[in-house]
Amino acid sequence: SSIALYAVLAMRGYFPVEELDTFDAIDSRMQGHPDMSATPGIDMSSGSLGLGFSGGLGIALGAKAAGKDFRTYVMAGDGECNEGIVWEGAHVAERYGLDNIIVIVDHNKLQQFGWHGDSVENRLPPYTGSQLVDRWSAFGWQTYEMDGHNISDILSTVETARAQQTGPVAIIAHTVKGKGVSYMENNYLWHSRVPTPEELAIALRELGEDDGGAS
Amino acid sequence: MTLPAGKPLRVAFGEAVAELGNTDPRIVVLDGDLGSSTRADIFEAAHPDRFFQMGIAEQNLLGVAAGMATVGFIPFVSTFACFAVARALDSVRVLIAQPRLNVKITGGYAGLLAGMTGKTHLIFDDVAIMRAMANMTVVAPADEVETRQAIRAMVDYDGPVYLRLTRPATPILFDDRYRFELGKSTIVREGGDVTVFSTGVHTTRVFEAAEILAGEGIDVHLVHVPTIKPLDEDGIVEAARRTDFVITAEEHTIIGGLGGAVAETLSDRYPVPVKRTGLADTFGESGPNDALLEKYGISVGKTAEAIRSYLAAR
Repeated sequence: SSIALYAVLAMRGYFPVEELDTFDAIDSRMQGHPDMSATPGIDMSSGSLGLGFSGGLGIALGAKAAGKDFRTYVMAGDGECNEGIVWEGAHVAERYGLDNIIVIVDHNKLQQFGWHGDSVENRLPPYTGSQLVDRWSAFGWQTYEMDGHNISDILSTVETARAQQTGPVAIIAHTVKGKGVSYMENNYLWHSRVPTPEELAIALRELGEDDGGAS
Repeated sequence: MTLPAGKPLRVAFGEAVAELGNTDPRIVVLDGDLGSSTRADIFEAAHPDRFFQMGIAEQNLLGVAAGMATVGFIPFVSTFACFAVARALDSVRVLIAQPRLNVKITGGYAGLLAGMTGKTHLIFDDVAIMRAMANMTVVAPADEVETRQAIRAMVDYDGPVYLRLTRPATPILFDDRYRFELGKSTIVREGGDVTVFSTGVHTTRVFEAAEILAGEGIDVHLVHVPTIKPLDEDGIVEAARRTDFVITAEEHTIIGGLGGAVAETLSDRYPVPVKRTGLADTFGESGPNDALLEKYGISVGKTAEAIRSYLAAR
């Protein structure tokens, strides 16, 4: 998902939009996982799962200690919540009553390979039902849920969380992996696959985007 | 000559960080629930508002330190070396070494002597692991005097450092005239028969071994190497030239530590025979300190014996 982050940073002016084309190329500042020493706008390296959360926690704790008034936002995955470091940090955030950190968990119910279900193809999600919300709540975090594909819901949920925040906040964003692309939706095989030109044309058509002459 | 008694390195660490904290508000200490053992508690007593308990959770301990460094603090992470190096290695690698963040990792109870804890808590491949990591500076002081100076130098240096600290009281090797310099070795004893490189608290044992050997007519040129990375390559070559016969000694496995670093440098720049002494390729066990040093071959007597026999077989 680093490419999505790079697209946002480019649109916000951290580097030219054209530079996004260097993704995956040698010497690119757009690395496969976010690298704070390579890419402008990256506050903390991450990619080895759970580490970005832990580093973000350090930024929030550091902000408190330094008397700085800003919020730290951390994007995490639901599969990432398998990592022990996430819960090590969740405990610490509660102990320090950090009311300046908001974690948004992308809950698409799929991870890279997943747990085996009744067949090899049927992979089970990392967490089901209210498990994720319950776990963050149990660690003393204020929890919210939202539709991760609905911009107005995202904005209002974050707004509400900010207004009500008295400690660490976790927002569970319900999402669909590969949303809007028929052959990608809810298919774990698209965790890191690159579409063929033909597949790309279909995807862009289904998303209602200009296909850039791909078809 | 026997060296005068001194404090454990861990006490010197606690005192030095607390003292530096008096004038440098950037210094914070993060503890992995071992402050009363690592003596990070000395800092907590002096600066309670800049002491952060992270509980028994080392991956996050190192991760939070990285985040705090990006806000402008100089975090000293304090836990046992086995946890900082082995248990939290991914946090160290990805969040501290790769972005070159200004985190000082202090590994307490390193080496063979960690109380009655046994192989789980003993770590003596820590220098090899940390030395192999890009961007990491590795320091192993010999005594309380050098520990204090090394900590000051670490604060002045902007970047990740691993500081190897130990548990037992350690004799004082250096007087007040000594000046520690990051990346420099220092001649402890001039001699012409064999060049011995050593690091950490083990240098105090090697010094006493050299005194014993002097009585037998063996003149050791002893060089202490407190910074294992970056290695003082010029100093190593120069000292090797003195005798053309090199022995390394350390409270660490003979794989990849100071011995490895010296052998790499000399094979590149001044190939002379190098014999490595230290701990074998093994794990430790619990037991009294003297018994451990004897059994694992790094007591003063065993060190003298090793130097003597290597010279005889030359």
